[in-house]
Amino acid sequence: MKKLLLATAAAALTTGAAGAEDIKLGILLGFTGPLETLAPDMAAGANLAISEVNDSGLFLDGTTVSSVNGDTGCIDAGLAVASAERLITSDKVSGIVGGMCSGETTASLQNAAIPNGMVMISPSATSPALSTVEDNGLFFRTSPSDARQGQVMADILMDRGINEVAVTYTNNDYGKGLADSFQAAYEAAGGKVTLNAAHEDGKADYSAEVGALASAGGDVLVVAGYVDQGGAGIINGALDTGAFDTFMFPDGMVSDSLEANFGDMVEGSFGQHPGNDSEGGTKFTELGTAAGFSPTNAFSPESYDAAALILLAMQAAGSTDPQVYKDKVMDVANAPGEPILPGELAKALEILQGGGDVDFIGASAVELIGPGESAGNYREIEFKDGKMSTVGYR
Amino acid sequence: MDPINAIVALLNFVIIPATAYGAQLALGALGVTLIYGILRFSNFAHGDTMAFGAMCTILVTWLFQGWGLSLGVLPTALLALPFGIAGTALLLIGTDRAVYRFYRKQKAAPVILVIVSMGVMFIMNGLVRFIIGVDDQNFLDGERFIISARTFREMTGLQEGLAFKTSQGLTIVTAVMVVAALFWFLNRTRTGKSMRAFSDNEDLALLSGINPEKVVTYTWIIVAGLATIAGVLYGLDKSFKPFTYFQLLLPIFASAIVGGLGSPLGAIAGGFVIAFSEITVTYAFKKVLGYLAPGGWEPDSLVQLLSTDYKFAVSFGILIIVLLFKPTGLFKGKSV
Repeated sequence: MKKLLLATAAAALTTGAAGAEDIKLGILLGFTGPLETLAPDMAAGANLAISEVNDSGLFLDGTTVSSVNGDTGCIDAGLAVASAERLITSDKVSGIVGGMCSGETTASLQNAAIPNGMVMISPSATSPALSTVEDNGLFFRTSPSDARQGQVMADILMDRGINEVAVTYTNNDYGKGLADSFQAAYEAAGGKVTLNAAHEDGKADYSAEVGALASAGGDVLVVAGYVDQGGAGIINGALDTGAFDTFMFPDGMVSDSLEANFGDMVEGSFGQHPGNDSEGGTKFTELGTAAGFSPTNAFSPESYDAAALILLAMQAAGSTDPQVYKDKVMDVANAPGEPILPGELAKALEILQGGGDVDFIGASAVELIGPGESAGNYREIEFKDGKMSTVGYR
Repeated sequence: MDPINAIVALLNFVIIPATAYGAQLALGALGVTLIYGILRFSNFAHGDTMAFGAMCTILVTWLFQGWGLSLGVLPTALLALPFGIAGTALLLIGTDRAVYRFYRKQKAAPVILVIVSMGVMFIMNGLVRFIIGVDDQNFLDGERFIISARTFREMTGLQEGLAFKTSQGLTIVTAVMVVAALFWFLNRTRTGKSMRAFSDNEDLALLSGINPEKVVTYTWIIVAGLATIAGVLYGLDKSFKPFTYFQLLLPIFASAIVGGLGSPLGAIAGGFVIAFSEITVTYAFKKVLGYLAPGGWEPDSLVQLLSTDYKFAVSFGILIIVLLFKPTGLFKGKSV
């Protein structure tokens, strides 16, 4: 018995020693649950950054990085916390890319990451609530808050000289959050929301909603809904009765089916969805396709950026200790410094090793603001001659 | 003071949409009420029967469109409607032979048949999704508007537009024709009379030599016709999506019960009561009152009795009140 104990202890010691040369990153995503189709390409994006760093051989004097997956179930806070706890205490990761959905991210951040002092960079949690969470400087995200989209919408309307709109939103967390943040931003900018009314998805008839919105009036109808659900019913009703003929479409509405179904009827309508025109996006698409996954899938670029940010921050700090490198995340993400695109991580590691400064742009044009979240780049679109065309980027 | 604009706004946003929606609900409720009256159970599969009928019609419409057939300004779906009805009738008679007849022979209690119809509902649900998919299908062609809001404004110079869609016009005209034909059939023909006799008193009808199987078959055929017409009209006016047909079941049942289950006249009245109450109670009267009020008295608030979130609460509120004070419904149907 004594011998066995000794042997185990010795084995534990040797693995511990070997681990010093090899660090781990946790990838904490909803591999099961409602967004399970997105998770594999997100994980592949993060792993692409890891293998790029490994191939360079420049990371912290030849330290190699490997990844460990954890499942959050997207809507399962209990599972997410257990997975995060396992990644931190049992797998001994040095940083976490995740979580995926806003609710579970908040749970695992507060119950696992903060108590253990672990850095988390989420590629896809967009709830405005995460901007104000007390995170001890440990939480960042490479996706923008929906509060940001509300602000962008207010800016677009103000630039177009539109001062009065009616708003209808799909009755769930996404729709309500977006509609409220938009109303706050728009009213602060001096606009007037005549009515902010919910609609249920999949209902038989939207005449009542359209009637109320028409009566409230406004120059434009903002439809914060889903294009394959109630959003289409509302637009149909509004067009048929002549209540509105110009609409604003947030990200849930901008899609190919919108153009196919309503393209020639909503002339002059406009909207926005996440997107940027940096060459980083194109580069990442090439790299991802070569690596054999779908890099254009939602939040895959953001995942690459999240993993890259953690590794670059470690290099800048010269340490894999979350308490040390957490202060470097903002430095490597933002100017000043040499701009870094996907595929240039080796160059970035070299500059950082020499004590230089980098400005990580990455696949999604990362620019971290305020509490460590992406400033958010949106593509502004407009319908001209029945076609959806890009007006610009914000 | 501008009463003409007020009337136009009210017509455009309340009366025309509610009339069209009411006619669709009435046609659906007629089917439910016929089954309740003659076969004596609440058919929960009715919403999905409508979806199946609309689906058959859409498939034939696509075929006709492929051949280049069309009705000019009217939607091609009207041409395909008889084929849709035939397909649905076959499905319903098949279901009756395979499922309902067994329970009828057993003289099963109505509540058992209700549960059986729920099972049928789920199967039809799956069948429709399997064949045509869960997505929206748009099959409206021909002229979209009888009069569009923009042309009305240009024609009259009024501030308010008035839109009247082809599908709304079709819905109202077809509903009137179908209801007239149904009443003629039930009151004047031999088969119709035997159906009513069977509904009033099954044993007496059997004694006087009425063949029950024949009555049942005719009932299913008529129900197939009503369900398909209602489903197609609804699909033309809004859009075809299997899930919304399933959701339609609630307002349809509310209509049938408010009117009095088993009473065809009640089903029609119930359909309009539900449609108008959903739309008028939650309508914001700001615009209309703004036109009517003398200068300076226009309301600032929306003048909305209840937010649109409550529109279902309104129709079910009416349902509860009717059941409390008049359990047989407005037109003295059978008590529930």
